[in-house]
Amino acid sequence: MSRNTVLRTSSALALCIAANAAFADAHSTTITIATVNNGDMIRMQGYTDLFTEQTGIAVEWVTLEENVLRQRVTTDITTNGGQFDIMTIGMYEAPIWGANGWLVPLDGLSEDYNVDDILPAMRAGLSHDGTLYAAPFYGESSMVMYRTDLMEAAGLEMPAAPTWDFIREAAAAMDNPETGVNGICLRGKPGWGEGGAFINVTANSFGARVVDENWQAQLDSEEWANALNFFVNLMNDYGPDGYATNGFNENLSLFQQGLCGMWIDATVAASFVTNPNDSEVADSVGFALAPDNGLGVRSNWLWAWALAIPAGTQQSDAALQFIEWATSADYIELVAENEGWANVPPGARTSLYENPNYAEVPFAQMTLDSILAADPNSPTVDPVPYTGIQFMAIPEWAGFWTEVSQEFSNAYAGQQTVEEALARAQDIVNEAMEAAGYQ
Amino acid sequence: MARAVTTQRKALNTAIAWTVGFLIFFPILWTILTSFKTEAEAIANPPVILFFDWTLENYGVVQERSNYMRFLWNSIIIAGGSTLLGILIAVPAAWSMAFVPSRRTKDILLWMLSTKMLPAVGVLYPIYLLCIQLGVLDNRIALVVILMLINLPIIVWMLYTYFKEIPGEILEAARMDGAGLKEELLYVLTPMAIPGIASTILLNFILAWNEAFWTLNLTSVDAAPLTAFIASYSSPEGLFFAKLSAASTMAIAPILILGWFSQKQLVRGLTFGAVK
Repeated sequence: MSRNTVLRTSSALALCIAANAAFADAHSTTITIATVNNGDMIRMQGYTDLFTEQTGIAVEWVTLEENVLRQRVTTDITTNGGQFDIMTIGMYEAPIWGANGWLVPLDGLSEDYNVDDILPAMRAGLSHDGTLYAAPFYGESSMVMYRTDLMEAAGLEMPAAPTWDFIREAAAAMDNPETGVNGICLRGKPGWGEGGAFINVTANSFGARVVDENWQAQLDSEEWANALNFFVNLMNDYGPDGYATNGFNENLSLFQQGLCGMWIDATVAASFVTNPNDSEVADSVGFALAPDNGLGVRSNWLWAWALAIPAGTQQSDAALQFIEWATSADYIELVAENEGWANVPPGARTSLYENPNYAEVPFAQMTLDSILAADPNSPTVDPVPYTGIQFMAIPEWAGFWTEVSQEFSNAYAGQQTVEEALARAQDIVNEAMEAAGYQ
Repeated sequence: MARAVTTQRKALNTAIAWTVGFLIFFPILWTILTSFKTEAEAIANPPVILFFDWTLENYGVVQERSNYMRFLWNSIIIAGGSTLLGILIAVPAAWSMAFVPSRRTKDILLWMLSTKMLPAVGVLYPIYLLCIQLGVLDNRIALVVILMLINLPIIVWMLYTYFKEIPGEILEAARMDGAGLKEELLYVLTPMAIPGIASTILLNFILAWNEAFWTLNLTSVDAAPLTAFIASYSSPEGLFFAKLSAASTMAIAPILILGWFSQKQLVRGLTFGAVK
């Protein structure tokens, strides 16, 4: 190797090292965010460069499937691993983790952020003892999405607040095996956040509750039997084949292909089913509140995907800066400007629903009404010792309700009777309550 | 005497073999086809098989959203590193078990295999805490070591089986000719067991490439391999099957190509014992 070559190579190497150092300096702060692969989250990733330009803080994303994310962030936070500076968590985790001291309280939010603009239900669900531990990026409830053309053809009109009896009547009227249209599509898939969530809110509206004030399981009650029998009969008569394995995505696919007369599910689905690029029925979808049974409790849930700062982070200031940016009213304006009002993250801020531009979005008002109709502090007809609507805000819930939902799914699939499923569920809940020391 | 096989029989066997092969390959083919569809076509019912508007849009979106090359590089390092390290440890171990067995060799082999029976999640917390203590969370070297340890029983077992097929007399002859342990391993045993070693390397490379528990749980940004890349396209709320298929196709493409080119060695190695 000649001396010249050595000289040139060394110079190039030195230049590379200097450039690298300069680049590293420009982004001396880098935060790592763990998140889920939802449309709104992915959209946010696309705007991250703007945040970096404004603040000089670089952002690394770790996007994972929801269940993997839960396992991943739970492992990290309980071991103080410090892998993430911001975690995307839900309304179930926020108060529990906050109470355990695993999250940094979000009490340093600036005045411009206007924390009072967060919808009260969302703020309550993401707080513990009045301290906010996670800022909602988007919130959701559940509601009825139905085919306006099929309803019209059936000679029916969907009330703004239907009852379960009307839902059954409408399902019977729209069900058409010849055209392959199912009267109704609902979740039956096992999992506390899938079919387990749906049947729990359905039971709430039938006057059932998982435990009484003394944490005694109530799955052997008449109300639970009524709720589960109603659900199974409705789905066996007018639901799609194999509904025991259908979750959000499976039903979304069926609805978008015009194979469901009605679908009761997350309000966030409204933007998917009304998007003409993906949905064959985009121009004939109507919305209504989730049904009730006249007992004062509707069968809708409340959920938020929120951003929280784990206590183990070394970059809490930069993380807070990002959370302020991503969950601000300005961010909503930014998305609306570039992608239209139908694509902004919904359900988090009051000001969004006061915006006349957003009021023109067909599902905006019904989403807000659904969120407002959900009360995590009073989720059932009779009093209960827990908060949360589709879940009990206790650490044991995810484990035992997943087991219960498996028993229910077996009943949906005809592998056991409703009575057998409820008897097993009763034992599972009682054992869990006893083991955790609630009883 | 070889049994006579009629032409019809041959044709039937060929047809059965192709059908079984096609059925096994079908999920991969379907994933590849879906990656060229729009999201609406990906969920169409009845499904569209070939007559759709072929698009590269999903690949464009995946390229734009993710740093594919970083994930790929991590996969190569982790899968390659763990396999090579495993082979380096397993060759002497398998040699000693095959040619100088002790009374406990069979027990040790069974014990090694029993470590595969423990569900990985059972040791997630101890390993995670160990990684924190050692400061090797999200570190490629840590994953190389962990995946090597996970696959080591399989590597030792495979090599042990191949080595047992080699007559011990050949090694004895080498020793009589003055070969030391190093020479015996390097110049006598290894060349004879090349097909077996090659298939062991290939199989373990594939296993390490596809490993999705530890690679997802112990990585975040720097060491995340292609399994994390695929996981980032699975969505609980939203139908992104076409994009997920494009990401999956990009993730399996390297290993598919490697398997295609090395299929001769792979088959030869896996049937090494039977044809001797």
